[in-house]
Amino acid sequence: MTTVDTPASAPPAADGDGRSRTGDRAPRREVGVVNVFSHGFLLIWALLTTLPLVWMFVSSFKSDMEILSDPWGLPGALRFENWARAWTEAQIGRYFLNSGIVVAGSLALTMLFGATAAYVFARYEFPFRRFFYYLFIGGMMFPVFLALVPLYGVVGSLGLLQTWTGLILVYAAYSLPFTVFFLTAFFRTLPTAVAEAALIDGCGPFRLFFRVMLPMARPGLISVAIFNFLSQWNQFILPQVLMQEDRSKWVLAQGLTALAVSQGYQGDFSGLFAGLTLAMLPVLAVYVVFQRQIQTGLTAGQLK
Amino acid sequence: MKHGKYPLIITFLLPPLLLYGMFVIWPYLQAFPISTTNWLGYSRSYDFVGLANFETLLRDSALWKAVRNNAILLLLLPILTIGLGLFFASMLNMGGRRGAAGVVGVRGSAAYRLVYFFPQVLSVVIIALLWKEVYHPNNGLLNGTLRGLGLPAPTWLGDPRTAFWAVLAVMVWSNVGFYVVLFGAAMAAIPRDIYEAVMLDGASRWTTLTKVTIPLLWDTVQVAWIYLAIAALDGFILIQQMTDGGPNHSSDVIGLRMYNTAFVSESKFGYASAIGVVMFFLTLSVAVLALRVTRRDRIEYS
Repeated sequence: MTTVDTPASAPPAADGDGRSRTGDRAPRREVGVVNVFSHGFLLIWALLTTLPLVWMFVSSFKSDMEILSDPWGLPGALRFENWARAWTEAQIGRYFLNSGIVVAGSLALTMLFGATAAYVFARYEFPFRRFFYYLFIGGMMFPVFLALVPLYGVVGSLGLLQTWTGLILVYAAYSLPFTVFFLTAFFRTLPTAVAEAALIDGCGPFRLFFRVMLPMARPGLISVAIFNFLSQWNQFILPQVLMQEDRSKWVLAQGLTALAVSQGYQGDFSGLFAGLTLAMLPVLAVYVVFQRQIQTGLTAGQLK
Repeated sequence: MKHGKYPLIITFLLPPLLLYGMFVIWPYLQAFPISTTNWLGYSRSYDFVGLANFETLLRDSALWKAVRNNAILLLLLPILTIGLGLFFASMLNMGGRRGAAGVVGVRGSAAYRLVYFFPQVLSVVIIALLWKEVYHPNNGLLNGTLRGLGLPAPTWLGDPRTAFWAVLAVMVWSNVGFYVVLFGAAMAAIPRDIYEAVMLDGASRWTTLTKVTIPLLWDTVQVAWIYLAIAALDGFILIQQMTDGGPNHSSDVIGLRMYNTAFVSESKFGYASAIGVVMFFLTLSVAVLALRVTRRDRIEYS
């Protein structure tokens, strides 16, 4: 196997059955074939993933004529007026702001309630602890559709239909199962010695939580916050049911579907592509910057 | 922490419990009794009708088409997504040269991972609307390409024979990247010396993958299976935005049936809740089944 030390000079994949040989007999040959082979497939999938996104971005600069005549063509000019039209006329700008307001509120509430409940489950023994814990995490398994009709009634009877407050409370409530599940596991991994030392020093239980335990749990809090941010930002069915009527309060996902519908009537393809691009770019930009945290944040929940 | 723990427990647990109880538990519990009524959303009064709603849904042909589609999703979505996910993850993590240090990843694997994960951070609504345009019969990317190659250009979402499969492809497309990263992380956690031992024994790459890597990843595959099975019973947003269940319910799913019954075409809250109850039991049995079938001993590296 020492021959593989300089595989840069490995011959290209000329031999079709190189793969069937064992590594010991023809290591170089296999390296070349597998490398070309694996890079080929990986590249194809990378293209499949990016091509639709790039196409949408490029199309957002085209005129409707250009979109209709040639799907592969390039725009004749950088028509930022498409973007401006989507931002103001289709009100993508306003829906952005609305989504921001709702998610800011619901995320703060989710994190506060999720962290306090998880902390109690992880660190205290009390009657019916297991019952309450399973009550919380059981929510991860239920299809939201089952709750939609009664939820509409509950929110309505509180007078919270078509309000951001209603949406914030509901988002937070539906994010709690996963948040509690994840953070309980996380609080359990934290060492108890620090907490005991703080208590001996006369630290009260509330201060202990906010000053000692929360800072120690920061990595877990960040992961679950990223997860919740994305799922609440992308939430669609809950606002669709609870916020259908008041157009001015819609969130971004609703605004985009409305744009798609009106585009169908007016044939304003460029406006739709511009709206979708506007909604996509900030999320992608944030993702590219924080890719490591986001990838681990989203996958960590499933590995636990 | 003996004395005075209850003030903290109550302050910390009661508000989340109230919120959760009111907006999650209470609606779920109410759904069952509502499913035995003929409640129409706009009226205050309704009658108890027993299991009549469930009898109706046995004869509801649109619903059965939806059930069939969810069953297909249940079968194909996990197989295709996990298959492709494992394939690309193993290419990324072990597709590179094998040297004395063991099996290594290909060059640029970080860039691949970055790109593969894109669909995961986009909202499903954006993915649905984007792909609806990609599939557009006249000016879509797909048919533009096919025409350029001189191939026939189907109407994809407008054709009952292709609509459902076109959406299934988008579902797989949007999920694979996440599982590449998930499986990749799990593969990276497998100790290198296991691979060194395997290589000394002269195992081929294929043997290494099927006899060593995948068995060691089984835990993660099991979790992936459950999540994808639950996702397969949903599919609501993509179907609603891309085909609205059409043409002629050929691409319908149970969640969309339920939503349309309750909030769009009619407001039959009672009947819609009965569909919801069916979904609940389907989800529950799928989760239990998946746990049973895939159960194995947990592997810990120490």
